[in-house]
Amino acid sequence: MSKKQKQSRQQLSSSAAVAKSQAGKNDGEEIMSRLDDLMGFHKTAIDLRSQRQSVLASNIANADTPNYKARDMNFGEALRGAVQGRAGQPLALATSAPRHIAMSGMVTSANLQYRPEMQSSVDGNTVDMDTERAAMAENSLQYEASLSFINGLLKSMQTAVSGQNG
Amino acid sequence: MSMFDVFGIASSAMHAQSKRLNTTASNLANAESVAGPDGKPYHAKQVVFQAQQVGSSPYATGVQVTQVVESAAPMRIVYDPKNPAADEKGYVTMPNVDVVEEMTNMISASRAYQTNVEMMNTAKALLQKTLTIGQG
Repeated sequence: MSKKQKQSRQQLSSSAAVAKSQAGKNDGEEIMSRLDDLMGFHKTAIDLRSQRQSVLASNIANADTPNYKARDMNFGEALRGAVQGRAGQPLALATSAPRHIAMSGMVTSANLQYRPEMQSSVDGNTVDMDTERAAMAENSLQYEASLSFINGLLKSMQTAVSGQNG
Repeated sequence: MSMFDVFGIASSAMHAQSKRLNTTASNLANAESVAGPDGKPYHAKQVVFQAQQVGSSPYATGVQVTQVVESAAPMRIVYDPKNPAADEKGYVTMPNVDVVEEMTNMISASRAYQTNVEMMNTAKALLQKTLTIGQG
């Protein structure tokens, strides 16, 4: 190999290294923003799940209250609304002065709907304990699922950052 | 975080159910009390539940006992001329406690109490898992 060839190869490899590091930087930013997006989605899901848990707790607490009507939320619709609200930002805070802090992506109150009556009772209460218990079990499992999704994302991020060297 | 509301809701329900258990206990204890502190026979008592908002969230609805009412059921009249509380015709006015009803009330209250304890434990487990995000 001639001296000239060697030099040009060195130059090539060093410019490749520069390109690689720049690409790495862009990738890094992209990964961070994607991670943020994905985490934001799961955070919204968890917020809604905990809201639903308190609705179900209210139903169970009022199982013996006369004229109490059991309520629940349509989770899929609520999540879609929250995510769209975040993307379209109709729920962002108004900023009328330059020093105001814009805030978006708030989980607002989901619409509650009354549960259809399973068995009517004389006191006008519509809480069906089996339905509520099943919904509670399902909701807490889904909450844990969202938590493990977030943990998985964090773990993959950790792997990417540590570089698998040892 | 609305998961914390679950504690308020479940504890309000546990309070209400334990008041209901208390009235059931006094009804059963006084099922044969011919005379109370006022000299009149004991009247069965019942609690009245009402839904009530807990905290600031409109989702969180707990329970409270608004009042304790006396049962409107007719008093039990027993013919027992030897009883010192008997009237001139020999009838004794006994409390209007329905023991069977009180027993079912007691089972219902204790089951409702248990369910609310379970609700609280579930919320606690979920919150504990939430605190370990990113540690696993």
